Amino acid sequence: MQIIISNSSKEPIYEQIYAQIKKLILTGELQEGQSLPSMRQLAKDLEISVITTKRAYEELEKNGFIYSIVGKGSFISEQNTEMMKERKMKAIEEKLLVAIQNAKEMNISLVELKDMLTLLYTEDE
Amino acid sequence: MENVIELQHIQKSFNGFQIRDLSINVKKGFVTGFIGGNGAGKSTTIKMIMNLLQQDSGTISIFGKSYKKHEKEIKERIGFVYDENIFYENITLKDMKMIIKPAYKKWDDKKFQYYVEQFELPLNKNMKTFSKGMKMKASLAIALAHHAELIIMDEPTSGLDPIFRRELLNILHELMQDEDKTIFFSTHITTDLDRIADYITFIHNGQHIFTKEFYKIEEEYAIVKGTLDLLDCETEREFIALRKTNRGFEALTANKHRVATIFGDTVVVEKPTLEDIMYYTKKGW
Repeated sequence: MQIIISNSSKEPIYEQIYAQIKKLILTGELQEGQSLPSMRQLAKDLEISVITTKRAYEELEKNGFIYSIVGKGSFISEQNTEMMKERKMKAIEEKLLVAIQNAKEMNISLVELKDMLTLLYTEDE
Repeated sequence: MENVIELQHIQKSFNGFQIRDLSINVKKGFVTGFIGGNGAGKSTTIKMIMNLLQQDSGTISIFGKSYKKHEKEIKERIGFVYDENIFYENITLKDMKMIIKPAYKKWDDKKFQYYVEQFELPLNKNMKTFSKGMKMKASLAIALAHHAELIIMDEPTSGLDPIFRRELLNILHELMQDEDKTIFFSTHITTDLDRIADYITFIHNGQHIFTKEFYKIEEEYAIVKGTLDLLDCETEREFIALRKTNRGFEALTANKHRVATIFGDTVVVEKPTLEDIMYYTKKGW
């Protein structure tokens, strides 16, 4: 597991760790049951304080990404991908509704809007 | 969480200087950085924790025990790292070991040898010739060789070069792999704390200002910069201290979120350094 933290970033270090581990889990690089390094080991490797890694792990645990067993360490939880996908779909829908609203206000047709979406979608690739 | 050091309502008058109602807890298994300006009372506090000075009133307990009844036991479990005047001048580190060894039940020759090698310390050289960094390392090797659970250091990095300071941090990180160890150290090189300190205890003028998780400081405190027309009696009260120039103001707040609601986008809000906090607290006193 590789983690790169930036000391000059505005984002707090524990959030950087949280975000990177979360991403590794969501992309499947870290899989259910796999163990994470101990908080103290991670703190040493990243040259940061123990309480920072502790906070990152606590947030991951709170949001269901990992679980801890006293004396054994922290492990990746089973991820409910179906639910996660649904939540993402809902978020996308909401954003699209805003775009549609804006389009209607400016009298932009569905065809034009679709073209715009296609362009942006493929451009991004 | 368990406290390794507990100071309660400590009062101490000393050379025209006063420690007033000082209460501090140091948590087991973590690194606490002890900060404050010159003359804030850091060394006096550390000496009281080491029982080298007695408080006028208040209680001190270490590992939940008092010095009155358990002095020997407490001292055996503490490693005191101090760079000056503790070493007899004209002896070698090897002789030094022989003098110190009998004082500790848990003395571990192998551990001592391990750290002497790791720190690249000469055993047979007169310690008078040791540099400041070497004295610090020798002192640390001795503390670690008797399996101290609590490491107390008074300004361990002052006067040392950046390379040694980084090395020391690595040693401390290594030490903190053991969750039963606790480190308490004073410093005014606050950047040393960024990489290792879990908690910060800040004293000023003999009084305790705060003890907080390091990350909480960033969440609560902020440096705020803006134009002078934003200030009036009301808004000035939001700040611990304020510095005004013809170009605008710069101030420290202990309530970042409140400032964000009051001023919104009209001001620049930045992450404060520990130095900023020390500087403005002194100004606002």
